[in-house]
Amino acid sequence: MAIAKLLPSGHPRIDHMEMRHISKRFPGVIANDRVNFDVRAGEIHALLGENGAGKSTLMRQLYGLYQPDEGEIIFDGQGKTILSPNDAIKLGIGMIHQHFMLVNSLTVAENVALGLKSSKGFLTDLDVVVKRIEELTKLYGLKVDPHAYIWQLSVGEQQRVEIIKALYRGAALLILDEPTAVLTPQEVNEFFAILGQMASEGHALIFISHKLGEVMDFTHRVTVLRDGKNAGETLTKDTSKTELAEMMVGRQLKLVPDKAPVKVGQARLMLKNVSALSDRGLPALKQVSLELRAGEILGLAGVSGNGQLELAEVIAGLRPLSAGQVLIDGQDISRKSPAQIIERGLSYIPEERNRDGMIKDFNIAENLILRENNKAPYAKNGLLNFSVITKTAQTLVQQFTVKTPSVETPIKNLSGGNAQKVILARELSRNPSVLIAAQPTRGVDIGASEYLRDQIVRQREKGTATLLISEDLDEILALSDRIAIIFHGEIMGILAREEASLERIGLMIAGEA
Amino acid sequence: MQDFLDWTVVIGILSSGIRLATPYLYAAIGETFGQRSGVLNLGVDGIMLLAAFSSYFTVLTLGSPWLGLLVAILVGGLMGIAMGFISITLQAEQGISGIGVYLFGLGLSDLLFQKFVGTAKAISGFKEFPIPLLSKIPFFGDIFFSQSVLVYGAYLLIPLAWFILNKTTFGLNIRAVGENPEAADSLGVSVQKTRYLTLTLGGILAGIAGASLSIALLNVFQQNLTNGMGFIAVALVYFGGWRPFYVLLGSLIFSFVNALQVWMQVLGVPIPSDIAVMMPYVLTIVVLIFSAGRVRPPAALTKTYERGS
Repeated sequence: MAIAKLLPSGHPRIDHMEMRHISKRFPGVIANDRVNFDVRAGEIHALLGENGAGKSTLMRQLYGLYQPDEGEIIFDGQGKTILSPNDAIKLGIGMIHQHFMLVNSLTVAENVALGLKSSKGFLTDLDVVVKRIEELTKLYGLKVDPHAYIWQLSVGEQQRVEIIKALYRGAALLILDEPTAVLTPQEVNEFFAILGQMASEGHALIFISHKLGEVMDFTHRVTVLRDGKNAGETLTKDTSKTELAEMMVGRQLKLVPDKAPVKVGQARLMLKNVSALSDRGLPALKQVSLELRAGEILGLAGVSGNGQLELAEVIAGLRPLSAGQVLIDGQDISRKSPAQIIERGLSYIPEERNRDGMIKDFNIAENLILRENNKAPYAKNGLLNFSVITKTAQTLVQQFTVKTPSVETPIKNLSGGNAQKVILARELSRNPSVLIAAQPTRGVDIGASEYLRDQIVRQREKGTATLLISEDLDEILALSDRIAIIFHGEIMGILAREEASLERIGLMIAGEA
Repeated sequence: MQDFLDWTVVIGILSSGIRLATPYLYAAIGETFGQRSGVLNLGVDGIMLLAAFSSYFTVLTLGSPWLGLLVAILVGGLMGIAMGFISITLQAEQGISGIGVYLFGLGLSDLLFQKFVGTAKAISGFKEFPIPLLSKIPFFGDIFFSQSVLVYGAYLLIPLAWFILNKTTFGLNIRAVGENPEAADSLGVSVQKTRYLTLTLGGILAGIAGASLSIALLNVFQQNLTNGMGFIAVALVYFGGWRPFYVLLGSLIFSFVNALQVWMQVLGVPIPSDIAVMMPYVLTIVVLIFSAGRVRPPAALTKTYERGS
C-alpha cells in the first residue's frame, strides 16, 4: 500500500536526502573533505562539530549558498544541483538561521509574506497570508498571532515564526542552525516538542549544534565532523556525551574540571541593595545583595536580559547605580571610575568580548596590556617600552596556550576561543581580587572551553572571588560553589552547589519557583 | 497694523503657507522613501537645484512648463541613480556621498546658469489653476483650490506615498530592507534593487520639488535658489517620524510660520527682518529637539549592506 507522500502542510515530503563525498575548498583550507551526510523523513539528525569543523559550509551547500567542488546531492534517488537559496526552497529545503531573519518592525504576516509573490499583483495580500498562517499554526501546533509585531514576541515565539516562514514556503527538510542558543530551558523543551511532532509527520530535520545535552536528549541520529572530515556517525541511543565530545575534539576531554577544596576566605566583593537602570531607563536591577568570598565561584544563572549585563557593568563602574553600595575588599567603589575600580583589583571578562573586551585592530601584545598600558614596566614617562611589552606578551601567549603565529598578529584574526584566551590572560595575569566572567565560553569550542573553565577554577585556588555569569547551566553547575538565580533584575535565591540541580535552576530562572 | 487681522491677510498667509509647503513636500516624501529603505540622501538640495535650473532653462528656451517638468523628472531621476551608484554599488559612506551630490548640484546649476543665462530672467511657468466650483467656495476656495497644478500634486502625493509604503509589496520590501536588509535578502528581496528604486524615486521627487520653485512658485532661477530647502526637507522627514502624514504636518507648520513672517515684514510689523527670517528655522530646531526619540528611525538607516558581512 502506498503511503501518503504529503506533509500536513500539503507539500510533498523528502524521504531521503543524501550528500555524497562532498568536498569544498577555500583558499588555503579544505572546509569539507569528502564528507557524507544523509537525513530521512521522520528523523531529527544532529550535525555536531567544533567551530570550523565544516558544519556550516556543508549546510550552506545544501541551501545553495555555496556550490560543492566535488560530490553530489541526491534527493530520493535523483541528483540535484542547487545554485541558490531559491533553488533550495523549490526543492523543499528550509533553513532557520542562528540569528533570526525577521524584521522587528513588521508583523508576523508581513514577515511571512516578504519576498513572496502576492496574489493581488502589486498590492499585498496579507489577508490570504494570515489565513494560511492560521491553517499552519493549527496543523503544527505553533501558537503565534499573525497580526502581532515581531518586537512584541518572545524569542521562542519568534523562532516559531521562522518555522512558519519555512513551512509556508513548502519546506519538507529543515536545517536548524544552532536554534536553541537563545532559548530558555523551558522554551527548548517546547521547541523540541514541536520538532518531534514535525519529524513524526514526515519532515526531515537537521539540527546543527555543539550542545551535547540537547543532542543526547532530543535527536535520533548524530553525524560528527572534525576538521572538515566525517569523524563518526551513530544512533543517538547508542552513544554518550563523553563519546560525542571526544569524537568532536579527537582526544579525551574533561567536561567538568577537577576542583580542589579551597578554604573560603574573607568577603572580597559585596553588593548591598544595588539598584540600577537599563539603557532604556527602566529598572534593571532591584535591590540586589550578594557577597563573594575569597576562593569561591558564585554562579549567576539566568536567561539573558534579566539584569546580568547591568550587574556586571555596575560592578565594573560602567553603569551608574540608582541606589545601594558596592564594596571590594571593604572599600566602597560605588561612585568610583572604572580605572579606580581596576586599581582596587577588579578583572572583567565582558559578555560582548568582541566589542567590550578587545580592540579588534590592535595586535595581541597591545590587547594584553590594555589595562596597564600607562604603567611601568610597559610605559615610562609616557613612552611605551615595546621590548618589555613583547616579552610579557610572548610569555602570556605561551602560558595560556594561545594559538597564533606571533604576538604582533591582530586579535581579530584569532578564532573566538583563542581571542578569549588572550582576554583571560590579560585579566588573570593581574591576579585580581575579584573576577567577573560573563559568558566566558559562549561560542567557544569545547576544547578551548575546557581550558578556559579550568583556568577560572585554578584562579579560585589563588584566592580570587569569581562571579561567573552564564546562561549555560551545565557550565554553572560544573564550576560554581554557590549559585544565585537572577530573574527580572532580582535575586530569586542562592543555592549551595549540593542543593542545585538542572531542573531546579531551570524553573527558577524562568521565575517559576 | 490693524490690517493684520484683515480676512484678506489671513487668506493670504494661509494660501501662501499651503503654496510654500510644496517643494518641502515633494522633497521630504522622496527622502522618506529613501530613508525607509535605509539610505540617507543628503544630496536632496543639490538635486533640487540642478532640476530647478534644467526645468527653468527648458521653459526659458522652449516655453512649455510641462516639458520643463519632464526635464526636471529626468534630471532628478538620474541624480538619484548617481547617488545610488555611489552609496549602494560603491558602498560609500551615505552622509559624505550625499554632501558630494549636494555640492555637485549646487556648483553645476550655478555654472550652467552663468554660462547659458547670465542674469535672472522671469519666465512664465505653471499658472494658477483654480478648480472649477471648489475654488468658488468662500475663504477655502482661495486658500486650497486656486493653486498651481504642482501644488495640488504635492498634496495628492501624501496619501499616495502612505498607500505605497503600507499597502503594496513594494512598500513592504522598502520597510523590510530599511529595518533588516539581511532578513529581506534571505527571502529573495533584492536590497540593492529596492534601494536603487527608492533613491531614483526620491531623486525624481526632489527634481519636481526643484521645478516647483523655478517654474511654478517663483518662475525664476538664481544661484542657490533653494537656499537649503533640501536640508530642511531631510529634517522634516525626521520630524515626521518617517510617516507621510506627519511629514505633511511638519511641512505645514514650517511653511505657515514662514508665510507668517513674510507677511509680517510686508505689513511692516516692527521686528528686525533677520529675526523674522530665522523664525521657521528656530522652530524647526525646537520641534526636532522635542520630537527626538519619539519614533525610532529605520534600523538599517545609513548602513550599507553587503551579503555575508
